[in-house]
Amino acid sequence: MKDRSLFKALAVTLTVGWLAVFVIVPNLLTLATGFLTRGEPEFVLPVLTFDNYARLFDPAFFDIFLDSVWLALCTTVLCLLVGYPFAYILARLTPARRRLGLLFVIIPFWTNSLIRTYALIAILNVNGLFNAALLWLGIVSEPVELLYTNTAVFIGFTYTLLPFMILPLYASIEKLDHRLIEAARDLGAGSFQTFFRVGLPLTLPGIIAGSMLVFLPALSMFYVPDILGGAKSLLVGNFIRNQFLVARDWPFGAAASVLLTVVMGLLLYVYWLCHKRVRRAEPA
Amino acid sequence: MKRMVKAVYLGTVYLFLYLPLAVLTIYSFNDAKHVVTWKGFTTRWYVKLAENSVLLDAAVNSLLLAAASATAATIIGTLAAIALKRYRFTGRTILSTSMYVVMMSPDIVMGISLLMLFVLMGLPLGFTTLFLSHVTFCLPFVTVTVLARLTGLDGNLAEAAMDLGAREFEVFSRIILPLAMPGVLAGWLLSFTLSLDDVIISFFVTGPTFEILPLKIYSMVRLGVKPEVNALCAVMFGVTLAVVSLTQLCFKERK
Repeated sequence: MKDRSLFKALAVTLTVGWLAVFVIVPNLLTLATGFLTRGEPEFVLPVLTFDNYARLFDPAFFDIFLDSVWLALCTTVLCLLVGYPFAYILARLTPARRRLGLLFVIIPFWTNSLIRTYALIAILNVNGLFNAALLWLGIVSEPVELLYTNTAVFIGFTYTLLPFMILPLYASIEKLDHRLIEAARDLGAGSFQTFFRVGLPLTLPGIIAGSMLVFLPALSMFYVPDILGGAKSLLVGNFIRNQFLVARDWPFGAAASVLLTVVMGLLLYVYWLCHKRVRRAEPA
Repeated sequence: MKRMVKAVYLGTVYLFLYLPLAVLTIYSFNDAKHVVTWKGFTTRWYVKLAENSVLLDAAVNSLLLAAASATAATIIGTLAAIALKRYRFTGRTILSTSMYVVMMSPDIVMGISLLMLFVLMGLPLGFTTLFLSHVTFCLPFVTVTVLARLTGLDGNLAEAAMDLGAREFEVFSRIILPLAMPGVLAGWLLSFTLSLDDVIISFFVTGPTFEILPLKIYSMVRLGVKPEVNALCAVMFGVTLAVVSLTQLCFKERK
């Protein structure tokens, strides 16, 4: 059994070691840096303080944080409203069409988001297609200034992140046992009741997974507001980047990113709870 | 009627997803420098692109980085999947927890925390730091892909090999690895694409000595629409389109 332990030791040491050094240590480092004092030119002075974490509740930062969370939430809701019916229809197509339909969701999923964000500029321009469509439909009488506004950032997030919502939704809807839906209908449930009491609870893990894949990047993708937003669109991602590269206040930037990690932890916890509930509801 | 509504709905969402990319591609052939109006067909932006050695160097760097980090991530990620599947060991929790952390962490959090690690270690920012970061964020995706493949396998095969006297390394190289190969290949492709796509993490850990394409595009894009950038983005989109379609086709043949 000696060689088994050798191979095992190699595999375990390499993998655990790598993740400890490049995942656990950096995260602990960020947490710790948040308690230190800003310094020049060494970025960080080993002087203990709670100031950075306290400053997170200062309106100068907290308003930006709330704005970002609000925008990310709106994006998530819109992606969900558009994506759920889409994934549902897709999952009910014939296998050949389903495969093709899925391929055309996977392609934008894999296309660089930076490129997709850039592609929106030409659409959202004053004389771009979006305005032309609004004029043609008679919704507006003259072109609206969309580019470099918060609306453009909202459209940008929805556009880039929609495939990240559709794919997990599709995965959970496809797994849904259609007989359960039929059973609910046979037992006299209306379509409203069937959806909210059977379909929705069973696809909840997909909904939450998709929401996380949209919500978290929407907090951190600083290039979308950079490219589509105006000078005023400062989101938490841009703020953290600026703390590191412009203001050079690493401890405060670290504290702000710990806040993002906490948000992520809370969402993971909610996901875990829902997953547990659905597993229990499923027949073995 | 109901079918019509469904078809129209699907069509509208696909239009939303593809229209900007289609417009971008069309404009990359537009013979005008600043205006949005159509001034005739030209391929000169592509010619200009092919002559831009700075961009070409960055593209080569990106491909090198993606190939190197995908390979390293595939080796470590596959070992991690096998360890998680076959062994009981201390540090198991560290392994699975940090995988989740990597997959769910907002990119910016990973970017700044790796930056602080490298500064603390005194590593100069450049190829090494990019490579270490890319391996780290690709690794869990390989592990998940390989693990999914291993879970579907018959555990008795490895048992039988061991009963017949195969040593652990032989079980790995002659039983587990060949069986897990589709998962390993898929993991490599996934990592390769992830590495080419990353902007945010690379943004923090890059250095002036090693320029990569996504960051180059980022600095160009911030200055607004330019026909050359249109052409470059259209090429990148074309490559993704080809690679994804090919991968899907290959997996279809296998089934």
